[in-house]
Amino acid sequence: MNPQEYKYTPEHEWICPESKDKGKVGLADYAQSQLGDIVFLYLPAPGTQVKQGKKMGEVESVKAVSDIFAPVSGQVLEVNQTVIDEPGLVNKDPYGAGWLLRLELSKPPELDALMDSDEYDKLIAQLSEEESEQTED
Amino acid sequence: MSHNHLLPEISKPGKIGYSLPALDVPPTELPPKELLRQELELPEVSEVELMRYFTALSKLNYGVDTGFYPLGSCTMKYNPKWHEDIAKLSGFASINPLQPEESVQGAMQLMFELQEYLAEITGMNATSLVPIAGAHGEFTGLLLVKAYHQDQGDEARKKILLTDSSHGTNPASAVMCGFEIGTVASDSEGNVDMKSLESVMNEEVAALTLTMPTTLGLFDPKILEISQLVHERGGLLGADGANLNALLGRVKFGELGYDYVQLNLHKTFSTPHGGGGPGSGPVCVKEGLADFLPWPLVIKNDGRYKFVSQAKSIGRIANFYGNFCVMCKAYAYIRSLGAEGLKEVSENAVLNANYLKEKLKPYYYLPYDRTCMHEVVFSGKRQKAKGVRTVDIAKRLLDYGLHPPTVYFPLIVDEALMIEPTETESKQTLDAFVEAMKEIARDVEENPEILHTAPHNTPVRRLDDVRAARNPDLRWEMRSQGFG
Amino acid sequence: MPSPYVANTDADRRIMLRKIGVGSIEELFEDIPEKLRHAQFKLPSPLSELELKKKLNQLASLNASLDDYACFLGGGSYRHFIPSTVEHVISRSELYTAYTPYQAEVSQGTLQGTYEYQSLACQLTGMEVSNAGMYDGSTAAAEAAIMACMITKRGKVAVSTTVNPTYRDVISTYVKGRNLSIEAVELNSSLSSDCACLVGQQPNFFGYLEEMEAHVQKAHDIGALFIAIVDPISLGMFKPPGHYGADIAVADGQALGNPTSFGGPGLGVFTCRQEYLRQMPGRIVGKTVDVEGKPGYVMTLVTREQYIRRERATSNICTSEALMALAAAVYLATLGRRGLRQVAELCYHKAHYAADKIAKLKGYSLVFPKPFFKEFAIRCPVAPSEINRALFKAGIIGGLDVSHMIDNSMLLCVTEMNTKQEVDRLVEILGAF
Repeated sequence: MNPQEYKYTPEHEWICPESKDKGKVGLADYAQSQLGDIVFLYLPAPGTQVKQGKKMGEVESVKAVSDIFAPVSGQVLEVNQTVIDEPGLVNKDPYGAGWLLRLELSKPPELDALMDSDEYDKLIAQLSEEESEQTED
Repeated sequence: MSHNHLLPEISKPGKIGYSLPALDVPPTELPPKELLRQELELPEVSEVELMRYFTALSKLNYGVDTGFYPLGSCTMKYNPKWHEDIAKLSGFASINPLQPEESVQGAMQLMFELQEYLAEITGMNATSLVPIAGAHGEFTGLLLVKAYHQDQGDEARKKILLTDSSHGTNPASAVMCGFEIGTVASDSEGNVDMKSLESVMNEEVAALTLTMPTTLGLFDPKILEISQLVHERGGLLGADGANLNALLGRVKFGELGYDYVQLNLHKTFSTPHGGGGPGSGPVCVKEGLADFLPWPLVIKNDGRYKFVSQAKSIGRIANFYGNFCVMCKAYAYIRSLGAEGLKEVSENAVLNANYLKEKLKPYYYLPYDRTCMHEVVFSGKRQKAKGVRTVDIAKRLLDYGLHPPTVYFPLIVDEALMIEPTETESKQTLDAFVEAMKEIARDVEENPEILHTAPHNTPVRRLDDVRAARNPDLRWEMRSQGFG
Repeated sequence: MPSPYVANTDADRRIMLRKIGVGSIEELFEDIPEKLRHAQFKLPSPLSELELKKKLNQLASLNASLDDYACFLGGGSYRHFIPSTVEHVISRSELYTAYTPYQAEVSQGTLQGTYEYQSLACQLTGMEVSNAGMYDGSTAAAEAAIMACMITKRGKVAVSTTVNPTYRDVISTYVKGRNLSIEAVELNSSLSSDCACLVGQQPNFFGYLEEMEAHVQKAHDIGALFIAIVDPISLGMFKPPGHYGADIAVADGQALGNPTSFGGPGLGVFTCRQEYLRQMPGRIVGKTVDVEGKPGYVMTLVTREQYIRRERATSNICTSEALMALAAAVYLATLGRRGLRQVAELCYHKAHYAADKIAKLKGYSLVFPKPFFKEFAIRCPVAPSEINRALFKAGIIGGLDVSHMIDNSMLLCVTEMNTKQEVDRLVEILGAF
């Protein structure tokens, strides 16, 4: 189950609000399972301005590369150096140790546009159903 | 002696693997020390050990000469052996490209004639032999498109259209020429969806790149309609000619409405693949694009061969004239086959692929159940539902001493398996392949574990590519030994 | 005439057609509109292997082979000694008939051979990482320039005027393809701050050695990359690009064990700093282990490449020159530490012997009074084309005519393949003008 306190984007990023204007950002479990073993992360440096819905980085697995989109607008405060050194943490613990970066939110109301965990769980259920339909003859 | 030791481990100071003549002129003072290198850390091995090492390495490899190699889109046909002898002739191998033209007329004649043959085979008017591989040819073709529209004063055409089943080199090449990319969808038959094409083909589009047959191994019967639409709206139509093996000796790209086509001598024209090159990717064009061809073209004037530059050439795309030694082999191939022989190639290639299609159909899902051309695309989705992926099927084939087909391409087919037998395979080989695929289909039900853990019989088993990507180890290093 | 390359018999074909459920092969082509599927082709009638070998031998004999002529021509394609080991390794059909090694388990020969090549290329150039090779030196230089633009996010490429002009042309084609710009820069000029890189050549096109550290500094001072185009044989004795601070170093590896082959195939050696690894184009082979812990090799960092990243790929390159890279690995392994140095020194001393003798001839002079390796430019008393005609009659291929760049000048190249007798004969004929 996807953590209740978190908010989610349709591109499978999550944000965990820490205070009214700060939050931790990462990739959802669905993203890491789709990508497979993650081998490299391109993340924006501290101080970079990011915009909600716009590409802010990339995640690479052995056979695929995917864009990472900013869940909200703001400034990058900190990048998780541990996950840079050990990208596999995103696979092992996407909601915990596998966090990617911390943001200072420039427009906290943007959080309202994101999905809560119930809505996101529904999305995942729907995607999984579509996938198994595809596999049938 | 095995392959397990790398060169630094075989190396020992004092061993040598070569002999060179002594200096026969008085030595000159060496340049200032700042310009010189202080040490050169290369291995030192004897010739014996060297040959044993590389011989051991070769035995780990599987080539067309080892067995069946049904890689879709790669046309891994047999490489005739006498072609290798031709390329090694002193008069072909030991000539410098910058020698006076009078001293290399034989080489230039070969190139000139090959230019003509390829133009004839594709139904085009001119050929550039310069591109060094297929992707290089694609890049060249798109540069020609760009130059053409600029010459027409048409600055708005910034887009290249590609189908959703196109090879990765297609969009990559487009971007190298400063183009944006638009996509044309395929319909349920695997052909171009005309509604989709109608909606995206406009005055912003420079060209549509359409592989024919498509990467699904299918011939789009609407090709004339497609070329007409593209031309009506001011665009050009280009082919990635990777699949020419289906059309050799029978169909001319020029008659299908194409303006240019890029060929692969190391696919269709039997030159060996080399483990990843050398290849050769000539581009054949209609009259309207000939002025823009890269430097140089070979022309014949009064019985003499010359290199010339086209009036509005896009310039140089490589240092010299292309992979000449590869051209020699393709030339020999065309001359040994003739028009009839080329037709025999496409007939047998298409026959072999359709035979495999019928034999494998009961066991693997066939997304487009219609006559295929030289290759057939299956989907491993039935097996996926039982927990076995196409990659497992591929790895298990290795245990049978067979090279797997292309996997996971084209992207529009789930768990794709693209099989291209080529015309050089016998029915016996095809039947053996079918038997192996049948056993694998049975193992999916009865013994999936053996598929998940395959291969078992190869020089190495499944490799950890996650580790290779996370902790790249891309070279060994040798400690400094200094010049003793 | 049945083909030796089509393995099916008529009987086989009949059985197969029955299985497919059609009456003839013709029916399999019915998706193609009728009027388009019976094209006629005007091609010469086929000939047997025997007949064709004769014809091709004749064609080859029309060419003046460097096996029969003394060669003093360089300018980008070089006649060097090729130890017999090279040919025998790359003629093994398991190696040359293999595909690109996507199925690693049955391609360890190709993969391990490539790993050796990558390692040797780094040892030679002093750079940190190498890819598996590109088309040739000129396209490697062009791709390096593009890579520098991507890294610095700048759109201008500066190329020294002493770089081989044909390389400059190729770089220009690639740079303009992406709608970027290129600028020719004199040795002593400064660089504008919008340059992504400075491209230099060592030894340069005219054969002499430049102060590369100063060029590197010039580039780094404005935050640009320095790209070195090098002669791989020269690295047997001269300071390699990794030791003078180059960010990317490229070369044509034809000189490493491959014949001149009328210009193709070449080999684009491409090396760079570790920090730029993920922007490097081309295939890269990495070492890993299999499920049993046994060492093995795979293509790695594949997400840079076209079949994954498609339009966002660093390059469109797919097939390159794998067999030539293997040849280069065998060459470097055969010669090794002492052999390559010996080859370089033979070139150096023979070239200087020739240059000294020519400089003493009336009407001739060395254009550049600078240290050089194996190529040097001479000013001649008459047009070089006239001299080259006389040389050719005497069984000698003369130097590259560079009169369009420097009046009445020729670029001569002397390698370990030239004997003292050949040089003396060259000097004799030159002296007659």
